[in-house]
Amino acid sequence: MSAHGQVVGSAKRSRRAKDLGFRLLLLACIGLSILLLGMLLLDVVGDGAGHLNADFISSFTSISADKAGVQAALWGTIWLMAVCALFIVPVGVATAIYLEEYADSERWYNRLIEVNIQNLAAVPSVVYGILGLAFLVRGPLALGSTILAGGLTLGLLVLPVVIIAGREAIRAVPPSIREGSLALGATQWQTIRRQVLPAAVPGIATGVILALSRAIGETAPLIVVGAATVIAFNPSGLDSDFTALPIQIYDWISRASNDVNNYKPLAAAAILLLMIILVLMNSVAIWLRNRYEQKW
Amino acid sequence: MEASTTTAAGTRAVPELGTARRRWGEDVIKALLVLAALISVLTTTGIVIALLRETIDFFGSVGVWDFLSGGKWTPLFEPGSFGVRPLVVGTFLITAIALVVAAPLGLGAAIYLSEYARPRVRKTIKPVLELLAGVPTIVFGYFALTYFTPNILQDLLHLEVNIFNALSAGIIMGFMIIPTVASVAEDAMSAVPHSLREGAYGLGASKLQVSLRVVLPAALSGIVAAIVLGVSRAVGETMIVLLASGQVASNSVDPREPHFSLASFIGSTAGGDTPTGSIEYKTIFAVGMLLFVITLVMNLISIRFVRRYRQVYE
Amino acid sequence: MERVTDPVDIRARREPAAPIPEVVAKRRAERQRPKAVFDLRDVQVSYGVKPAVRGVSFDMGRNEITALIGPSGCGKSTLIRCLNRMNDLIPAARVEGKVLYHDQDLYAPAVDAVEVRKRIGMVFQKPNPFPKSIYDNIAFGPRVLGMKGGMDEIVERALTHAALWDEVKDRLKANAFGLSGGQQQRLCIARCLAVEPDVILMDEPCSALDPISTGKIEDLMIELKREYSIVIVTHNMQQAARVSDRTAFFTVAPQGDPDGASGNDPTHRSGVLVEVDETEKIFTNPSDARTEAYVTGKVG
Repeated sequence: MSAHGQVVGSAKRSRRAKDLGFRLLLLACIGLSILLLGMLLLDVVGDGAGHLNADFISSFTSISADKAGVQAALWGTIWLMAVCALFIVPVGVATAIYLEEYADSERWYNRLIEVNIQNLAAVPSVVYGILGLAFLVRGPLALGSTILAGGLTLGLLVLPVVIIAGREAIRAVPPSIREGSLALGATQWQTIRRQVLPAAVPGIATGVILALSRAIGETAPLIVVGAATVIAFNPSGLDSDFTALPIQIYDWISRASNDVNNYKPLAAAAILLLMIILVLMNSVAIWLRNRYEQKW
Repeated sequence: MEASTTTAAGTRAVPELGTARRRWGEDVIKALLVLAALISVLTTTGIVIALLRETIDFFGSVGVWDFLSGGKWTPLFEPGSFGVRPLVVGTFLITAIALVVAAPLGLGAAIYLSEYARPRVRKTIKPVLELLAGVPTIVFGYFALTYFTPNILQDLLHLEVNIFNALSAGIIMGFMIIPTVASVAEDAMSAVPHSLREGAYGLGASKLQVSLRVVLPAALSGIVAAIVLGVSRAVGETMIVLLASGQVASNSVDPREPHFSLASFIGSTAGGDTPTGSIEYKTIFAVGMLLFVITLVMNLISIRFVRRYRQVYE
Repeated sequence: MERVTDPVDIRARREPAAPIPEVVAKRRAERQRPKAVFDLRDVQVSYGVKPAVRGVSFDMGRNEITALIGPSGCGKSTLIRCLNRMNDLIPAARVEGKVLYHDQDLYAPAVDAVEVRKRIGMVFQKPNPFPKSIYDNIAFGPRVLGMKGGMDEIVERALTHAALWDEVKDRLKANAFGLSGGQQQRLCIARCLAVEPDVILMDEPCSALDPISTGKIEDLMIELKREYSIVIVTHNMQQAARVSDRTAFFTVAPQGDPDGASGNDPTHRSGVLVEVDETEKIFTNPSDARTEAYVTGKVG
């Protein structure tokens, strides 16, 4: 009897040890990810914090590293984001409205559009750069390597994000609201414009900010589209040559291969600036969601 | 149609339905919306046309078989060699290393979040993973090149690696795709009905056994989808490879050496000044075509698996 | 079709035995009734291939409350949604037969469903106020329909009509979601009244409410019928008995039933109209055995 009890006891103990071991292993997986993220952040802050100051932001890039700054890159990024937003908001929201409110999902052409969007979300960003190069920079539109071409290329890249977020936000509006509106004699568009869309705006706005957060850090498409690396002026218009924060970072990292001490801090400071902007954008998105989210 | 009949006080005039005027405004709006939706179709068409046109042109001067199977990639030489194999080798070497990192860590995180974590813990871990997912890839590339390679690989682990090497790029890329793998895998595991777990717990199974023997197999198609999606992202990633793995087209599978990938080659070659129509220009598109096809196929496979696990449980 | 050989059967298949003088009196009473608002002739509604309700023919009068009663699944809600073409929203829904509104075919190709709904309003089972202020809820309809007149007056009039004005007049800008269930439903009624419809359809308007709110709304209905025609679907027999002038009783019957149109699947059960008459008669002396079974509670 006691021998049996002993066997059962030890089996239980070893099983509990295995359980605990497994649990710790899983936590280690997450822990390693957090560790790497921490190392990355510390490294960037360590290298760059010292260099991130008002001079840095207000100076242009220059041959002499200690005078170089990100003004052109920062403004380039701002302009790019503006063009991108002006493209993705109407097109993305309109597509989301069409797919949710008008399209009969049984039809083949509507299903084609949906599959299309899913696939576009998985195309590598560098391929979007090629698309921009072939059709916007050169090819039929021949815009050249300008802000407009760059902004539109980024817009096409992140458009699926807005469409997907928009669809979810619209879908979250209960059918009873639409029924109530239609039963009063409102048309379909009146119902969408005055009931569905206003209720979906917080979700849509969050989606747009998410899309812009992705676009702001993209380097490869801008490289392919021909963003300049050494520019000492802010964008003067949609048809102007441009640079952007990621491009400037790339340029400085490349130079750092030969001249670490001068260029590594510059790159790190620019990265820090980029990350701060990203954190701000995401905070706005979270605040928007919490403040305005409709609980039905 | 009918005149109003007044009977008792308070009755209204009989309303006329009349003939409907077609609501032009509604039609215009619908047309505009359709146009917007077509932009996504146009984008895909544009990508395909852009790639196809130059690729076909490219295959005018370079044989398809030479391209796909040749082992020497020297497009700028006179005469050039256009065997894409080194780029493919580099791509999959780095992807494989990334998978070695991302699959266990991503799945581990997913199992923990799905089976073990209490709601409060989940609330803290998920934002961290989202933060990881939000870091721009150029930042990962910077970290790989300036910190990970010199400090971790060379100093800490005493590995004899080139300053540009595939190992660093692969490992950091692995961390980059952990959030992708973890979120899709966790989604799949959460979709497994509780009744399956409860049945096993009722028989006296431990959490370990339930996670590994009940949930994992049940969520298998979703997990496969997660990994395929992760691979697809790794294959298409440019900046980490471009910065950390150098610009050498090499057939060797030695991760300590620099390697081009398909994407990083495009990134390094394209730039504002490649003349249109030159062979250099065309290589961008030919390599881009190959990259596009590979990621497209992987994405379709992944969608298939996602649909399978959704079908089973919903 | 069955072959009937027994003469006794033939007699039994005619209208269930009603003494002849009563039939005559009924027909005379119908001739004296006010003009119908709705006249349904052999209406059948199907979702896809299977009919949900079939062979419906009867009319509903002006300034009357017509109640549609019957067990679950007999198609009452489906039918009432035909009257304002809300079934148009369901792609698979098909309406056959004639639905006449003041002698006009509601489903004629030239008729715009939006125009129909301006005149035939609907209140739903679960109150569905918009996520806006009380004022904007009421004002939405008139604004969207381009109605002229001061919005403040329109809102006040609608809320007064719906017996809600006194309760909300001090907080018109408050969010409608802050109202109680009964208040929200009266808000929905006020919203409907604001566009000055001709008919008000109510699909189980009180089933989600407590008895006191239900009582208030029933009183409201009786007030409203002076100006509007009302059709109400209700699960609650006592409610039908309390408020309605005429009652239509529906039930579920197999396809092969002689009361209904012949269908393809003899086992498929769909809704049929059994009997329609003055409410008092339906509840005290119904003509059909099935009606009697239902209203006396023998059958649920």
